[in-house]
Amino acid sequence: MLCCICKEKEATVHLTQIAGDKMQKVDLCEECAKTKGVNDPTGFSLADLLLGLGASQEIEQAGGGAGLKCPACGFTQADFKKAGRLGCPVCYQTFAEPLEGLLKTMHKGTRHVGKVPASLRQGRDFSDRLTHLQKKLAKAIEEEDFEEAAILRDEIKQTTARAANTTAT
Amino acid sequence: MDLNGFLIPPAESARRKGPHDRIVMSSRVRLARNLKDAAFPGWAKKAERIRVLEIIQPAIETLPEMKDAFSGTMDRLSTLDKQILVERHLISREHAAKSAGSGLVLNRDEALCFMINEEDHLRMQALCPGLQLRRAWGTMDAADSVLEKKLTYAFSPDLGYLTACPTNLGTGIRVSAMLHLPGLVLAEQINPIIQSVNKLGLAVRGLYGEGTEALGNVFQVSNQMTLGETEIAIVERLEKVLAQIIEHEENARASLLEKKPKMVYNHIGRAYGILANSHSISSKETMNLLSLMRLGVDMGLFPGVDRSLVDELFILTQPAHLQRQHSEKLSAEDRDLIRADMVRERLRPVGRPVTRPPAEPGGGLDKSAM
Repeated sequence: MLCCICKEKEATVHLTQIAGDKMQKVDLCEECAKTKGVNDPTGFSLADLLLGLGASQEIEQAGGGAGLKCPACGFTQADFKKAGRLGCPVCYQTFAEPLEGLLKTMHKGTRHVGKVPASLRQGRDFSDRLTHLQKKLAKAIEEEDFEEAAILRDEIKQTTARAANTTAT
Repeated sequence: MDLNGFLIPPAESARRKGPHDRIVMSSRVRLARNLKDAAFPGWAKKAERIRVLEIIQPAIETLPEMKDAFSGTMDRLSTLDKQILVERHLISREHAAKSAGSGLVLNRDEALCFMINEEDHLRMQALCPGLQLRRAWGTMDAADSVLEKKLTYAFSPDLGYLTACPTNLGTGIRVSAMLHLPGLVLAEQINPIIQSVNKLGLAVRGLYGEGTEALGNVFQVSNQMTLGETEIAIVERLEKVLAQIIEHEENARASLLEKKPKMVYNHIGRAYGILANSHSISSKETMNLLSLMRLGVDMGLFPGVDRSLVDELFILTQPAHLQRQHSEKLSAEDRDLIRADMVRERLRPVGRPVTRPPAEPGGGLDKSAM
């Protein structure tokens, strides 16, 4: 059996992980196992969950093996695989895509509905207002009320501009 | 400031009362927060951790509830001090391993505790005796709302409070209760209970949290999911589950006494016998036997003995607390001898457990057949 990462060497490390009702099997050669930090079972299971082997392969192929790297703190995907933790708040944007699946399996939802710092509550209102305006706009267009639609479009533009100025993440 | 002088004496903290405290030893709400423009502690360089510490620590010290607080950096605390804090459940074992660049602020009555640069920049917890999750959340929420004016938290409208580990993302809240469940353990009902609690998305852990065993029949129940639910919804869910567990524990105790009184008396009597007469005893054995004595006190088998005596011994017989009372370094064997001496001495005024007269002649046996 060939290693499922490099597809060159004979796989000598075989892992089976059961998460929920899903079973995942991984066969690695010794070298790949080392670079993936498989000796650390906790780190590995998280990484496995997070990226799925297919994903990490794709990213490595696309980025010449470098993977994603956080522009703010220099944290890489390999670091995350090893630590199971992120480097800084910006990492959540950097690794947004690979994180999405992980958050789904980990939590009740993928959108925060709890406490919001008072200073940002206004920003939250903006985004609620935006959704509200967009709905009204769709309705206006449907009803062919283009005068109303034009007003709404301008309002949406203004709201977005203001929101961009206040919510800084 | 000297930590030893600051901490509340175990005799006093063991006397704290709260609702349902015969089963719920304490309630806790922990929040994880991070500053916006800094790497998380596990990735940050030492200079950055110190910078974060120097921003957060003064902000906490100015909170009105933190008047007369203990505030210090982890490198100033001895290994023994740190272990004592762990044994009191005031800091995590992870935090005890930290040194320069990490800090601790603990308020006068030990109900509010802030760990700086643990896994996150700030981990803060409110602790209440007995079952008082709402009160703990209220206290923590209020302190957090004051702090957020002084600190710029890392927060995303979609993902909430950003944390080093994605498992804490969103609310950053961990709501937990420490439960004493000897009845369910003796009745061998604890495993199905743990399994069903797990199915509800809650975690059950041992005495010292993650990855520890349930010494002294003490279990911690807490939420696992932090994103996609409001804080109060999480508190309410835990409250519901805890109410069920309390009921099951009370039922288990009542039915044990009714159906297997000899088994209960045997366990409690032997526990008393060993504790009151041993000359060498490990910390683990002490906790497990004290748990049975605590059950005996709850069942009225030790008339005139207050539960606080047992709870105080629970604290005092732990390794770091024993070491603190002696200037020379004790080996594990030394500690076992000293622990046995202390427990024997403290139990001297306690008479052996009574056995309750059956409510009606032969009643116990008849009912067990039903």
